[in-house]
Amino acid sequence: MIEIKGINKSFGDNHVLRDIDVTFESGKANLLIGASGSGKTTLCKCTVGLHSPDSGTISYDGRIFNLMSRTEKKEVRREIGFLFQGSALFDYMTVEENILFPIKMFSNLTKREGLDRVNFCLDRVDLNGANKLMPSELSGGMKKRVGIARAISAKPKYLFCDEPNSGLDPQTSILIDNLIKEITHEYNMTTVVITHDMNSVLEIGEHTSFIHKGVMLWDGTNKEIMDAETTELTDFVYASSFMKELKRMKG
Amino acid sequence: MFFVFSPNVGQSQSFLIDLQEVINVGQINSITNKNAPNVILGLTKQMYSYASIKFVFMLKILHQLGEYFIFISKVFRRPEKGKVFRELYVQELWKLGVGSIGIIVIISGFMGMVITIQTASQINSGWIPAYLVGYTTRQSMILEFSPTMLALILSGKIGSNIASELGTMRVSEQIDALEIMGINSANYLVLPKITALMSIMPFLVILSMFIGIFFGYVICETVEIITPSDYITGIQYDFRPFDIVYALIKATIFAFLITSVSSYYGYYASGSALEVGRSSTKAVVYSSIAVLVFNYIITQMLLI
Repeated sequence: MIEIKGINKSFGDNHVLRDIDVTFESGKANLLIGASGSGKTTLCKCTVGLHSPDSGTISYDGRIFNLMSRTEKKEVRREIGFLFQGSALFDYMTVEENILFPIKMFSNLTKREGLDRVNFCLDRVDLNGANKLMPSELSGGMKKRVGIARAISAKPKYLFCDEPNSGLDPQTSILIDNLIKEITHEYNMTTVVITHDMNSVLEIGEHTSFIHKGVMLWDGTNKEIMDAETTELTDFVYASSFMKELKRMKG
Repeated sequence: MFFVFSPNVGQSQSFLIDLQEVINVGQINSITNKNAPNVILGLTKQMYSYASIKFVFMLKILHQLGEYFIFISKVFRRPEKGKVFRELYVQELWKLGVGSIGIIVIISGFMGMVITIQTASQINSGWIPAYLVGYTTRQSMILEFSPTMLALILSGKIGSNIASELGTMRVSEQIDALEIMGINSANYLVLPKITALMSIMPFLVILSMFIGIFFGYVICETVEIITPSDYITGIQYDFRPFDIVYALIKATIFAFLITSVSSYYGYYASGSALEVGRSSTKAVVYSSIAVLVFNYIITQMLLI
């Protein structure tokens, strides 16, 4: 479980996050939704330590991350898997080397055992046989899946996904969403997914938090989101014609 | 402390914002830019004096120096895993060192030939012994050309390569990915490059000396400007082994400067592909300047 309390973050005069309080529960896909520029990615980067918050605390299962020493932070970071928006695969490494990388750095597995783990992860994301391909040879969806395979290869306790289905076709998006949901339950991970895709919210948003202009406005499940009465959230949820039609039909 | 006086608070603030922009972006042009509000240029013309510009420059240089030393302190830490470091070190030895042999052979060969011909064409007096052509070629290659010119050429080839590689990794979030995994990215990516070039550079310099002097001999054999035996006598005349030591010390320091300065500019690249290009250019320019400055300092320290 990741608990965030009273987080504030500014870049110069731009106050990006204002007193954010949110809890990401373990064994669930926790979705962080909001319009572009609302502070989702900044909150995520503060949570994993890429940005330092100006105030507030971030705790991983009771361990207060932003007050830790560098060595202690390193230990926590090794329990984190991160899927970047652009996948951030190491482009000078093959798919196999990319997935093997965290294993090679942090475990004492033999080469054979490491390769078995790579094949298991590739199988899990349905990319058998892609071992020797370079990232430049992969499609957008394949890159995301390799990114997920790399993120889970070292058996993380926490998984962060920054817009995992941006730029993907609807079918591949659903595939990626379901994959994230499955592995979250399978490994009982605390998963945080940043998205502004309402399909993802409805598919996998077991716990969804809505952030608007740096303020956490709403917290609930994907079942509750349709009936929420927060104006900013309803504006966000029913922005598309499809959702407007759905709302009209509903009632 | 820098004070800005203006009858209008807004104008003072604009000026400070402008100054801040100069500090951040490093563009002195922006304060004399035609686009800057005319009223500010008119009222505060004296503020845009040479002294102000110098002050801003000093601040920027100090800021960059501080950032560079923090970066170096991050680089020189114990590697996460010795085995992984050794693998990367060998890869970098191959890429930075062995990959540069071709250009070193070509440039050193031609330089050796040109020095020999130029010296021979200058020494046409009967009072000056012909063997001085060989002597001059040897001294030029050992003292200056092989360590310094080679470093300048490598700062172009290797410096731009390192800066663009790291810059691309930065803008495509690959460096962030390493950090999130709990890896000291500066140490993982840069230490193998610095140590590899520092350890292979002396060999490259020795190779360059040998090739340059050898091609000088080839010219004597083929063009007949002086006899080969005079050339051989010249390259053996008054040889001081310390000159080689001096050249190798310089080469090792230059290797550190080229890799660390280029890595710094690549590592802190931000924004888009355009910024990667800019950081690559900065890497070449500043590593070359660093090589020239340290060439002077080391020469004064060791030869005087």
